[in-house]
Amino acid sequence: MTATKTISPQHRPHLHQGYGFEDLPALMALMTGAEKHGPAATSTLDALWVLYDRVLDVRPATFGRQDRDRFLLSKGHGPMAYYAVLAAKGFLSPAVLPSFGAYDSPLGHHPDRLLVPGAEIGSGSLGHGLPLAVGTALGLRAQGLTDPAVWVLLGDAEFDEGSNHEAVAFAGASGLDRLHVVVIDNSSATHGWRGGIAARFEAEGWSTATVDGRDHEALYAAFTAAHPGRPHAVVARVEPKES
Amino acid sequence: MPTETDTMRDRFLDVTSRLLDEDPRLALVLADISAAGFARAAERHPDRVINVGIREQLLIGATGGLALTGLRPIAHTFASFLVERPFEQVKLDLVHQGVGAVLVSAAGSYDWPAGGRTHMSPGDVALLDTLPDWTVHVPGHPDEAETLLRHAVKDGDRNVYLRLSVHRNALARPVVPGRFLTVREGRRGVVLAVGPMLDGVLQATEGMDVTVLYAAGVRPFDAAGLRAATGAGAAADVVIVEPYLAGTSDREAHEALAEVPHRVLGLGVPRAEHRHYGSIDEHLAAYGLDARSLRERITLFLR
Repeated sequence: MTATKTISPQHRPHLHQGYGFEDLPALMALMTGAEKHGPAATSTLDALWVLYDRVLDVRPATFGRQDRDRFLLSKGHGPMAYYAVLAAKGFLSPAVLPSFGAYDSPLGHHPDRLLVPGAEIGSGSLGHGLPLAVGTALGLRAQGLTDPAVWVLLGDAEFDEGSNHEAVAFAGASGLDRLHVVVIDNSSATHGWRGGIAARFEAEGWSTATVDGRDHEALYAAFTAAHPGRPHAVVARVEPKES
Repeated sequence: MPTETDTMRDRFLDVTSRLLDEDPRLALVLADISAAGFARAAERHPDRVINVGIREQLLIGATGGLALTGLRPIAHTFASFLVERPFEQVKLDLVHQGVGAVLVSAAGSYDWPAGGRTHMSPGDVALLDTLPDWTVHVPGHPDEAETLLRHAVKDGDRNVYLRLSVHRNALARPVVPGRFLTVREGRRGVVLAVGPMLDGVLQATEGMDVTVLYAAGVRPFDAAGLRAATGAGAAADVVIVEPYLAGTSDREAHEALAEVPHRVLGLGVPRAEHRHYGSIDEHLAAYGLDARSLRERITLFLR
């Protein structure tokens, strides 16, 4: 971790709101030391950016509020893109990014919610985010908070874990319409998903969309599609992991 | 109202239903077990009484999510499906997230002997011992179960395990969470009876010169209470009789008595699988936990 490059909004006069999408590779470089990142490291980057930039109603100043939108990163592996987006949006100081993985760093190779400002859950073991998100959506509903959206990001290989299927079936049956899933599909599941991942959600009564996970307008349209009375799943397809 | 024959689980259904009426922060998550008993509560509080079906990973995961939003959730099913099956969810979705819940189990180690090994969970308390900061209540009577349930619901955001059983003592004791109760005093040693084991221990030690302590909870372990009971003597002999895996609390006793020479005999459910059905009494006898066996084993140890 020898990256010494520093970037700040002040050095980018064309930006008035902070960092832009084009700054994310440099923020990631502070963690990885690499200027360029392969498809695996950036598979979540576009979806994360569109969510935090245009969809989620949560900012550092509102993170303590009960009526904030929640984003739960279930796929905790390869969190550099997530940390970069949190830094770009002001939850994290870019100054901590170079400490990634170091003993005293808040930034582990899997995120810990008690250490990472802005992280709703600690993850790393696959298949925990969606059940936690179901409980979060239930808990908000039980407190009369029908506005906040709950989002959870999974990977297509993570979808192997049976706990996801417990949650998909229950959430569909319960019409948990403030629950949203984005599955980053980089074709990494060992046995694949014949018939597609979206079909698993549709069969349980979810609203679904399958889009190009690099196309920000397509992601935005899918993320903001209306889905009254039903939870909503967006499958974001990106380059295969091994490409 | 309570009768001589009500069970801890009946009391749990009744008291939790009432607490749901009183406390808007309380939620209950079920996985089909006891759902019929909570049907009226579910009608009254459809958003806070949640039955996820036969999905125990989701049972604990959703419980963790509810806690993340600031509610105080209770999760309930049989011990084998509450602690053992979704153990990683207990570890990560509650403890690692830094949130708390009340886990209320039924069936324990041997409540349904005819149900066999699949419905027996003698290892639940030992498993929770691998995690930090759990409170473990093991009531021996429905009244104690009610006291401990009410305490658990109000116990901040702590993680609390309440282990209910149909095995029970005839009388309720005035239990105080975190404290052992002195039931009988003697000089030749201390017998610590946990939860439903008290009646058998009292019968077994009738006429013996031993102190009998009663624990309706074992975590945190009342180390000071045990030390006080062993007296100021040069050495201490302690027998622990638990309704789950034998030896589960031995380590706690050793820590409590680290400064004095001592011996500990840990009695409880053996680790070996016991491939028999029948009744609770038959199982207690087979495990050496009936009053006659206990008397022999305690006498031999203190001789």
